[in-house]
Amino acid sequence: MYQTNQYEGMIAETMAMQGHKGDTINAYVARPLGSGPFPGMVVIHHAPGWDEWYRECTRRFAHHGYVAISPNLYFRDGHGTPEDVGAKVRAGGGIPDEQVLGDLDGANKLLRSLPYVSGKVGVFGTCSGGRHGFLAACKNKNYDALVECWGGRVVQSKEEVTPKQPVAPIDYTKDLPCPMIGIFGNDDKSPSPEQVNLHEAELKKQGKNYEFHRYDGAGHGFFYYDRPAYRQEQAVDGWKKLLAFLEKTLK
Amino acid sequence: MCTMIAHQAKIQGRGKNGQDWFELREANVSYDHPYDMPLEHALNIDFVNEAAGPGARVAVELSVEAARKLIQTIEAVLAQADERGVLEDKHQAASR
Repeated sequence: MYQTNQYEGMIAETMAMQGHKGDTINAYVARPLGSGPFPGMVVIHHAPGWDEWYRECTRRFAHHGYVAISPNLYFRDGHGTPEDVGAKVRAGGGIPDEQVLGDLDGANKLLRSLPYVSGKVGVFGTCSGGRHGFLAACKNKNYDALVECWGGRVVQSKEEVTPKQPVAPIDYTKDLPCPMIGIFGNDDKSPSPEQVNLHEAELKKQGKNYEFHRYDGAGHGFFYYDRPAYRQEQAVDGWKKLLAFLEKTLK
Repeated sequence: MCTMIAHQAKIQGRGKNGQDWFELREANVSYDHPYDMPLEHALNIDFVNEAAGPGARVAVELSVEAARKLIQTIEAVLAQADERGVLEDKHQAASR
């Protein structure tokens, strides 16, 4: 917990990184000043885009003592306002899972190469980013903690499987190598409470280390203070729980 | 986006973005998260020109009820114009 007589400083900037197949993409990186070592966090933006909320979220992790990197997963779709680029990706049915995994792997490796990053790296994502976080934890196998916030379509029906998203992430549950925390709103439609039940049942069946927190009176995206979905009480409690989880697993 | 329900139609038209008109070539229709409409999901139409970059976009976000009304209204207007014999096909429009 921050004390008022404590020194605090941070650097945050856009930089280049190597993503899927060695492609150069950009990323927003925020870190506390000092030699650390600090744990790392890969911060996966949501479907609407690589937007201001995600920059603030990246800085929030730095404020809490993490070297945080948020790769621009829409880099290859051109540049403009986050909304315009996000709308283009929406029209195309999202981005391929394989490409996302490559970009997230690049972000993870960059963190692990930095002299001020400790040996532990977590991953955080909301909405489609929650789904991508679960996928990355299971497939890339180089995370020490997973924070999944209302990951949409972790549970995918056969009709929802597309060439870009060919496998339902829940099918990879047995491969999850790290502890996870899940944060969900009970009024959400994607994932619905029934889908969250299936997600939890599979984690339990596979004997995974997880904790789920489900909030009444909250729907999809209840952390987003700039959207009507924001729920102050539930969001404050959700952040408290996920930061406590990361403190326990990464520090 | 979380539903990934999106279709694209190739279209011919013009759109206004700020002060400027530009050529529209595609209409991207999705039922997914809107950016501004205070709903979890909305019927979103992005009239775009992909060749001109992501900023060449006129965006509309509609409730389901509004989207259905819009479809009915467009159909009604086109039917009325057809009855009067004033519908132009794209070849006539292009020749003007």
